[in-house]
Amino acid sequence: MYKIVRKKELNPTVTLMDIEAPLIAKKAEPGQFIIFRAKEDSERVPLTIADFDREKGTVTIIFQIVGGATMELNTLNEGDCLQDFVGPLGKPSETDGLKKVAVVGGGVGCAIAYPIAKKLHNLGCEVHSIVGFRNKDLVILEDEFKAVSSKLCMMTDDGSYGTKGLVTNALEELIKEGNQYDEVIAIGPVIMMKFVSLLTKKYDIKTIVSMNPIMIDGTGMCGGCRLTVGGETKFACVDGPDFDGHLVDFDEAMHRGTMYRDFEAHAREDSCNLLNKEVK
Amino acid sequence: MIMAIQRNMDPKKCPMPVQDPMVRRNNFDEVALGYTYEMAVNEAKRCLNCKHKPCTTGCPVQIDIPAFIERVANEDMEGAYQIIAKSSSLPAVCGRVCPQEKQCESKCVRGIKGESVGIGRLERFVADWHRENCKDAPEMPRQNGHKVAIIGAGPSGLTAAGDLAKLGYKVTVYEALHLAGGVLVYGIPEFRLPKVIVQKEIDNLKAIGVDVETNMVIGKVLTIDELFEMGNEAVYIGSGAGLPRFMNIPGESLKGVYSANEYLTRINLMKAYKEGSKTPIKHSKKVAVVGGGNVAMDAARSAKRMGADEVYIVYRRGMEELPARKEEVEHAEEEGIIFKTLTNPVEVLGNEAGEVCGMRCVEMELGEPDASGRRRPIVKEGSEFVLDVDTMIMSIGTSPNPLIRSTTPGLETNSKGCIVTDGDNGLTTREGVYAGGDAVTGAATVILAMGAGKAAAKAIDEYIKNKN
Repeated sequence: MYKIVRKKELNPTVTLMDIEAPLIAKKAEPGQFIIFRAKEDSERVPLTIADFDREKGTVTIIFQIVGGATMELNTLNEGDCLQDFVGPLGKPSETDGLKKVAVVGGGVGCAIAYPIAKKLHNLGCEVHSIVGFRNKDLVILEDEFKAVSSKLCMMTDDGSYGTKGLVTNALEELIKEGNQYDEVIAIGPVIMMKFVSLLTKKYDIKTIVSMNPIMIDGTGMCGGCRLTVGGETKFACVDGPDFDGHLVDFDEAMHRGTMYRDFEAHAREDSCNLLNKEVK
Repeated sequence: MIMAIQRNMDPKKCPMPVQDPMVRRNNFDEVALGYTYEMAVNEAKRCLNCKHKPCTTGCPVQIDIPAFIERVANEDMEGAYQIIAKSSSLPAVCGRVCPQEKQCESKCVRGIKGESVGIGRLERFVADWHRENCKDAPEMPRQNGHKVAIIGAGPSGLTAAGDLAKLGYKVTVYEALHLAGGVLVYGIPEFRLPKVIVQKEIDNLKAIGVDVETNMVIGKVLTIDELFEMGNEAVYIGSGAGLPRFMNIPGESLKGVYSANEYLTRINLMKAYKEGSKTPIKHSKKVAVVGGGNVAMDAARSAKRMGADEVYIVYRRGMEELPARKEEVEHAEEEGIIFKTLTNPVEVLGNEAGEVCGMRCVEMELGEPDASGRRRPIVKEGSEFVLDVDTMIMSIGTSPNPLIRSTTPGLETNSKGCIVTDGDNGLTTREGVYAGGDAVTGAATVILAMGAGKAAAKAIDEYIKNKN
């Protein structure tokens, strides 16, 4: 059950895994997520589905090692099994009727932006992809994006690869060049999604963002993932995770995301020692 | 052989031994310790074994109460268990969490001139006695070759599963979480219902052939239509309540505002109460729990045990109107929970870091009775005040989970999102699909959910027999 059939380090902090989960692979659509527990006593953590292979019965996840739970996941290797793997949760991204779309990915968010870019491309939609990373070493999925985009803008914060600057710089340039997008899809850090949404609001382009708040069950029970969207309380797990970027209260989402920051820092330190022991 | 019993005419029921409140408010061990053998026999002798058995009419699963109590009085504990087991799949659970004072015990003849017989306590004793003394594996029923799928491994689904398995059906229970038990494991705390007891009840179901598949969110990974394609002849939906309600007052998104579901799930299912747990939770100093039901009591008492100095129950009606079980309210008071009744929050206050730093409230007074028959709370003019808290837990109910209704064509729901069923047998607007528990009624009790599971199991059995 939930066997890791492939593990690949995409960069020193980001890992890809193909997980054996045939029922989930059969139903998964871009934009949906899974919840995993690495081990018996681990936390439940949501991860958006990065890819899936219906024939092989595998679901791909790409995760950044940020806290205790992802560290623990990263200790597992090909052939090992995850304790729990449940999904596909949330609503799939809507792709109907889109002819030309700008897909904006930031950091590990590119892992989630990619399957949507791929699906749009396969549906015959023209895809312009803008991907941003802190530096060259952190770049992931470049070839994959290239294969499904008629235009790819690679941005790095320090200019060590592609163009120096933010994804919003590249997006604004493309808009100014006269590209008429039916929609902009932005997936990455909340702060990035906020600024992409502010920019597209100026140009009145519909913008979809994928929110990844703290949650436990992922099925509409705990209410931890609530967001304010257009002044209403919404639950990312059942109403999302995709929402209209022009309506999301990003500042509130950023605040809520820091709820357990201290705890995570402790977990990271504790786990470091644990991991050291396990490696030995 | 049943011998003549010397009745015990004490007007009061034998008190339940409990952990000292000052000790127990610092631990998660069970509060009520259970009757001893002698206490149980003595209490059973208070039952008059009346012919018309009014108590059984108060029981949602119609346990033959005087019959099992008679066995206890005669010290035939296993016989008593077998009588309960005929009607209830989860006696050790019901004995602990049923609101007996509103059900069986409210009808007890002994209650007219004194206290009713301690039926719930006796049920608990019998179930615990059986678990500790009878190690025989339950007998595997003969299979009848028909398959039924059950959605949700909570009290309702497990009851339906147990009844159908005993009738020979091949039953598969699909559970969305990583552990079976539903509210019994994510909601009700360890100190009120030890999880080993729930696990044992689930093991008993597995022993009679029930399959439990965890991590299966029906409506997502499989639809109800697919469950039929897989050879199931009927489906029972016991998916429970769901989305927690909030008050829609300013500040509900601040850090430190929890739904009771989230707070309790972190503590119970995710074991945040255990030392070294990997589940993050806020270690609060001053907590306000908004609401007056059993869930509110559980959240407040859990907060106390997690180390909070001051814990308030904030409820807009009076003490008399609290919907929680009487015993839970008493236990909460003994543990030092402060009841701020006739009080309603109007705003959650936050500091610069976006954390809760207080709750603005108004005082209420009770006016004329409303549609529910309870007196309607009205705001007292000029009564606004600020309650100094760093955590707020909302426990004002839930609305049904949307996952199944949104993926099942032909399944009708009402304006509140509850699944519409035909009468008491739980039949939905889809042929072969039955539903019960909170998914149908909205947030209610464990025993009502079990009663619905039981009624639906009977209806499913009749449906499949008539069909074939």
